[in-house]
Amino acid sequence: MNIAAIHTVTDIAPEILRLNDVRVRFPVSNDWLGRPKGHAHALNGIDLEVRAGETLGIVGESGCGKSTLAQLLMGLVAPTSGELNWVARKNGEGRNNVQIVFQDPQSSLDPRLPIWKIITEPLSARGNAPRAKMRDIAAKVASQVGIRPEYLDRFPHQFSGGQRQRIAIARALSSDPDIIVLDEPTSALDISVQAQILNLLAELQRARNLTYILISHNVSVVRHMANRVAVMYLGQIVELGSAGQVLDQPRHPYTRLLLEAVPRLGVPLHAEQIAAPTELPGNRQLPEGCFFRERCNLCTGGCEKPQAMKGNEHHRVRCHVKG
Amino acid sequence: MSATLTASRRPRWSEKLAYLAYQIRRSPLTMAGLAITFIVLLCMVFAPWLASHAPNALNLAERLAPPSAEHWFGTDEVGRDLFSRVLFGSQQSVGVGLFVAFASCFIGGLLGCFSGVIGGRFDALIMRLMDIMLSVPSLVLIMALAAALGASLFNAMLAITLVRIPSYVRLARGQALSIRQMGYVKAAQTFGAGRWHMVHWHVARNAMPPLLVQLSLDIGSAILMASALGFIGLGAQQPTAEWGAMVATGRNYILDNWWYSTFPGLAILITATGFNLLGDGVRDLLDPRQQGK
Amino acid sequence: MTMHSSTPVLTINNLSLEFPAYKNNVKALNGVSLHVNPGEIVGVVGESGSGKSVTAMLTMRLLPERSYRITEGSLSMLNRDMLAASEKELLQIRGRDAAMIFQEPMTALNPTRRIGRQMLDVIIHHQKISASDARQKAIALLRDMHIASPEQVLESYPFELSGGMRQRVMIALAFSCEPQLLIADEPTTALDVTVQRQVLLLLREKARQKGTAILLITHDMALVSQFCDRVYVMYTGAVVEQGCTNEVMGNPQHPYTQGLLSGLPEMVEPGHPLMTIPGQVPNLASLPVGCTFEERCPHSMPVCAKRPNLVSINGNDQRKSACWLPVKELS
Repeated sequence: MNIAAIHTVTDIAPEILRLNDVRVRFPVSNDWLGRPKGHAHALNGIDLEVRAGETLGIVGESGCGKSTLAQLLMGLVAPTSGELNWVARKNGEGRNNVQIVFQDPQSSLDPRLPIWKIITEPLSARGNAPRAKMRDIAAKVASQVGIRPEYLDRFPHQFSGGQRQRIAIARALSSDPDIIVLDEPTSALDISVQAQILNLLAELQRARNLTYILISHNVSVVRHMANRVAVMYLGQIVELGSAGQVLDQPRHPYTRLLLEAVPRLGVPLHAEQIAAPTELPGNRQLPEGCFFRERCNLCTGGCEKPQAMKGNEHHRVRCHVKG
Repeated sequence: MSATLTASRRPRWSEKLAYLAYQIRRSPLTMAGLAITFIVLLCMVFAPWLASHAPNALNLAERLAPPSAEHWFGTDEVGRDLFSRVLFGSQQSVGVGLFVAFASCFIGGLLGCFSGVIGGRFDALIMRLMDIMLSVPSLVLIMALAAALGASLFNAMLAITLVRIPSYVRLARGQALSIRQMGYVKAAQTFGAGRWHMVHWHVARNAMPPLLVQLSLDIGSAILMASALGFIGLGAQQPTAEWGAMVATGRNYILDNWWYSTFPGLAILITATGFNLLGDGVRDLLDPRQQGK
Repeated sequence: MTMHSSTPVLTINNLSLEFPAYKNNVKALNGVSLHVNPGEIVGVVGESGSGKSVTAMLTMRLLPERSYRITEGSLSMLNRDMLAASEKELLQIRGRDAAMIFQEPMTALNPTRRIGRQMLDVIIHHQKISASDARQKAIALLRDMHIASPEQVLESYPFELSGGMRQRVMIALAFSCEPQLLIADEPTTALDVTVQRQVLLLLREKARQKGTAILLITHDMALVSQFCDRVYVMYTGAVVEQGCTNEVMGNPQHPYTQGLLSGLPEMVEPGHPLMTIPGQVPNLASLPVGCTFEERCPHSMPVCAKRPNLVSINGNDQRKSACWLPVKELS
């Protein structure tokens, strides 16, 4: 699949979601009157568009805000400022149906419910869920993810980790969504199981024309699945473009640092810069200007000003040096 | 090392029972508790058939007779057979004990689950109410309630139930608070689940094990409480046979007629011990150690 | 390649272990043999159920005493039979001659006590020095780990530090008594990739400096290929392939290793299906009699009904594979 082909797919697909300068902050450490003493600035100006049928990869380390972004997309958190624009579905119904698959298949399934109930919970939670119809839907969806219908009455602990993740995927599919947020879908799984799950996800996307938002710290998984990739740092997107360009020819210094640290088969570890600071600065007090200044070896004159995204439609970078 | 049972079939009832038996066999005390409880429940249910005499049948000719072949436990001051009265008394004491234990567990558990899930002011209000109830010594509170409502079996049951609710509420609320953090509850939130759905589908089920353990440990003390009420005269009134009341009346005759208080007292002791041992066993069975496998 | 003397720091010989359970025993280890030479970095790779963590825990005798049964084999560390060692001997060995670091540094450190207190406890337990000397030593150790303000770290509680920092504290502690063997059980799995890199470089630097051997347990093949001199691949409680990292990664002989490597996302073009190993890991309580990988193997043959032993490849005693297939040369 060459880069040109990927571009054509994402160019002609309509936008289904647009985020405009979304900021989210949470109050922390209240004083004795209950007023917040400070804020954790989780998202600091996200501009993003999601196109129908694509897989958008979100890459970043802990503290970058990707989990807050997932919560935002699921409607669990409201933006403090900025807006989310959902494009209405073709048949006129309200906002798109977004579902989520979590990282840990063990804790995201209720151990005391039989899996057919777990699978159809998104439908039951909204009411109006006759039992027979739910069982039918569960059987259909379960067979699509490779779980045999005779296992529908079993409980999660009777399945292996990979199968539990399949059940979680079935649950996300049962309400016929348009968008699925995949929050580290294979991080808790063995490598051989990861391969099976990734193949399943790709197959389902083709069959149902789903849009995936894949949040992961595993760069090779993102490279494999995503059409476009956004790299996040401290609540901002620092690089956005097609997967091939961002991951094979990164421009932003943070993206380069990140990709270089990823262990690759057969590439030996070079010992240098052990002492360089490697963790994200805290988000209580946002740095002045470019957030990456402290760790960047290209730091020059214009870096003390807040950086804006520069570049074209296909590859944007938040850096005045590299943009 | 997880058991991947997808290739094997679901265990049948007989297998589950065999496993249960295996676990119980490993603890002789639990077996003893189980045996005692079983016998007591048998007595409760089959009292009319097991009793040698009618419990309220007066026989003034044989008042205060010592234990003999005809009256295994002797007779009381109006000639009623004590063995039969002890058997029928089990229905009162054990029956009341079981009822209040289950009722307080159910009501308290539900209230605690909702309190934990709803949170905010509702939760604060409920907890303060429970704090107030817990701050008064339970027996005093029961006596006050029963005296205010009038001495009868129903009022006694009501009073004891009310007094036992707070500990279940706190237990259930604690469970609800930690269950709320679990992944599957957050998942349900993303589906747009309301509070009723949360409690009904997730919280109640997962909060049950500690509640059940508390329940099994509580039955013993509920029985003791019911007997205590009977002892002080609140609860089932004469001529209904009731262990606590029998022990109380027996006090007047204890110097010359040792059997009057002794047998009902032994009944209380053995029954409460049996349920407590069983409760301990249930707690060990439901231990995470076993669920870890 | 480091020069090493003849006696390995760790020798496990044909070790089999089972966990008694209700009906069938869970056979967690089935004839594991491995060794670690002084100063080497050895990796053990496997998935869930492979027995790699059990092996690591057993080496330090950290498994609950009555929960397992050794059915055959031996385990000796620094010429001491670890399986027969008494509690007193173990208290001496752990932390001083051999150390271990785990995946989750948050649970390895006591959250209710300051770092300084915990470090001093360990140092004083093994070395009879005064509290102020121990504190100086702790500060030196933390500085060695490239931690900028060690005094501040000593005064902090674990929850005030980041994951990478905590892991560095654990490594500092592990090296505090200059052990000859360090066992690292998935030490970087819970860390971000940039922090992971730093921690690994640090580990390697310290190990080479002090001549400590490292036994690294992980599921990440790429990590092993970057970091370890030799590697053992484990499946259902036994070693199925072993050898020099370059050789095992470059020319894997066992079908399981081949399956693991070809299933990695970087092995195919983006967008194309990944190669998968069909089926799933067999139940450890009811393992097949012959080769345990046979039911999932694309090359299974009738002879696989008999369990293959680890055989040397091309006469090289260090390069072995447990498979009946003939040796596959690099094309």
